[in-house]
Amino acid sequence: MAVLVGNHTKLIVQGITGREGLFHAKGCRDYGTKVVGGVTPGKGGTEIEGFPVFNTVKDAVAKTGANATMIFVPPVAAADAILEALDAGIELIVCITEGIPVLDMVKVKRVLPNYPKSRLIGPNCPGIISPGLAKIGIMPGRIHKQGHVGVVSRSGTLTYEAVGQLTALGIGQSTCIGIGGDPVSGTSHIDALEMFNNDPDTHAVIMIGEIGGSAEEDAAAWVKANMKKPVVAFIAGQTAPPGRRMGHAGAIISGGKGTAAEKMKALQEAGITVVQSPADMGKALAERLK
Amino acid sequence: MNIHEYQAKELLRQYKVATPDGKVAQDAEEARMITKEFGGASVVKAQIHAGGRGKGGGVKFATDPDKAAELFKAMIGMQLVTKQTGPEGRKVRTVFLSRPVDIARELYLSFLVDRVSSRVTILASTEGGVEIEEVAAKTPEKIFKVAIDPALGLSGFQARQVAFALGLEGDAFKKGVVFLQNMYRLFVEKDCSMVEINPLVVTKQGDVTALDAKIGFDDNGLVRHPDVLAYRDLNEEAEEEVEASKYNLNFIKLDGSIGCMVNGAGLAMATMDIIKYEGSSPANFLDVGGSATEDAVKNAFRIILQDKSVKAVLVNIFGGIMRCDIVASGIVNAAKEIGIKVPVVVRLEGTNVEEGKKILAASGLNLIVAADLKDAAEKVVASVK
Repeated sequence: MAVLVGNHTKLIVQGITGREGLFHAKGCRDYGTKVVGGVTPGKGGTEIEGFPVFNTVKDAVAKTGANATMIFVPPVAAADAILEALDAGIELIVCITEGIPVLDMVKVKRVLPNYPKSRLIGPNCPGIISPGLAKIGIMPGRIHKQGHVGVVSRSGTLTYEAVGQLTALGIGQSTCIGIGGDPVSGTSHIDALEMFNNDPDTHAVIMIGEIGGSAEEDAAAWVKANMKKPVVAFIAGQTAPPGRRMGHAGAIISGGKGTAAEKMKALQEAGITVVQSPADMGKALAERLK
Repeated sequence: MNIHEYQAKELLRQYKVATPDGKVAQDAEEARMITKEFGGASVVKAQIHAGGRGKGGGVKFATDPDKAAELFKAMIGMQLVTKQTGPEGRKVRTVFLSRPVDIARELYLSFLVDRVSSRVTILASTEGGVEIEEVAAKTPEKIFKVAIDPALGLSGFQARQVAFALGLEGDAFKKGVVFLQNMYRLFVEKDCSMVEINPLVVTKQGDVTALDAKIGFDDNGLVRHPDVLAYRDLNEEAEEEVEASKYNLNFIKLDGSIGCMVNGAGLAMATMDIIKYEGSSPANFLDVGGSATEDAVKNAFRIILQDKSVKAVLVNIFGGIMRCDIVASGIVNAAKEIGIKVPVVVRLEGTNVEEGKKILAASGLNLIVAADLKDAAEKVVASVK
């Protein structure tokens, strides 16, 4: 078993006729995910690379029984695509799109509680993978290995780094969740930790945080109170200057809040192994599993 | 994206948010005329994208039109140093004149997107004219917060709560409520990320007016607002950062000696961290993007090498969708075209990594190939020692 994505997943791709959408629809199919079709308004009834195309998410769900979607719609239309997926009752919505205006996401976040059966991952994320079972996203499948470590991260390539280190040490992963680097997003570190805590197949967790905001401090408090499994953490941005936005809109230290030092302290106090060097994530986890 | 005070106030006026009369003067003579028009006195304000202007000598009171002309001459072209500009300061290219107001009280007001509540949130305080961080640290109880439901907008009762919290009364109370509602409309219609009015002033005549205004916009929303984008002032951005943005590269100049080229923001920050951990410091943050092209790699290289303080370069690419052989070709072509005089350590991982390493080895260039992240950091730090 793993969390969120697995053999039960039936995936559609919103924006499947776009270059990126199609490329990654094929990538997911090649990895073994059941990709049952895609949505591009106005191109319903056609077929592309063996994927049936529908006009609306509702149509796609009715005809294919899809329960998950991967969104590649351009930024100014992506929030609407999320709303459409929610309305159609999709359970797992993975929004890859980068650059969605934050006020659009404020509206999406406002209505999310109206859809308790749906979970949004992202936006601005690499997606989610349960190695050996299925993937929804843009991550390279072959660096992963099936196993028992959960990985949760706000960053894409830094997640690959952690996974690469684990795989090199022969340690497999249950599920890797990229929650995305935006300030307003669907799934938090705590949401992911809670899922890993409840998943019998996950034995330990790597959590990768970033400077800015207070999500890591909140996660630390949650771990202290609830987590039954070992956690290893790394915080990116220890050397970032205050007040500058480091690529991810979320990664900005303001007014002395959200610094790496504060976050690392909070995590350590919660019993989490915090590594200073990003090269030590895999090694530290191996230690915790002993 | 940030804009100047005079531009922010143009937007405020568009949205009927009260702010004192003000005009940009092109020359000293115009500064004199504007001051006459304002009744013989004015506040002369240097326009740069940094706070702390008053203490740095960028805000002065002109008691008569001649004095305004004199202040204009002294201010235009000066290097204004504030605690936010760094020691080199910023060149003043625009001078703005504002009609003086009779200040009864100075308050603080800001709107921002709060990550915790995921809502536009108003911060208000009776402690105006000082930095809000200071107020938050010393007297957090003096900051009043209201989170706004995006489906409803700023409700009347919330605007009244804020106005009461600010101690507004009578006419000023009514004007304050209108001020807040118009401000919220501006915030959402223009995709702002932060609006700060400090100080918000209550005049002796009972008016509520924005004496200063800082507006920051969500870069992701700018595509919807060509009018806002027209306010962009490239003079206020570092030259190499403007250059990098042309190629969709995310670049920030730092003060160390190791240039970094990395794909992905998180890995780029982590690469800076490991350089520090190994005992040196990064010269820049550079994210070539998750799916950078050969062209982007080449331009990234060029921008890094333009910096004279760069003593070595670390390339750290974890190819997911990006193929390592293509990245390697990009590096080799860039190195051949630009010529490299400093050590370059390359760490490639991911798709087609073996082909990539072969291309680097066969290039005949003096590239140091690293096995993994730790090895790369150690090698690049050793090369500058």
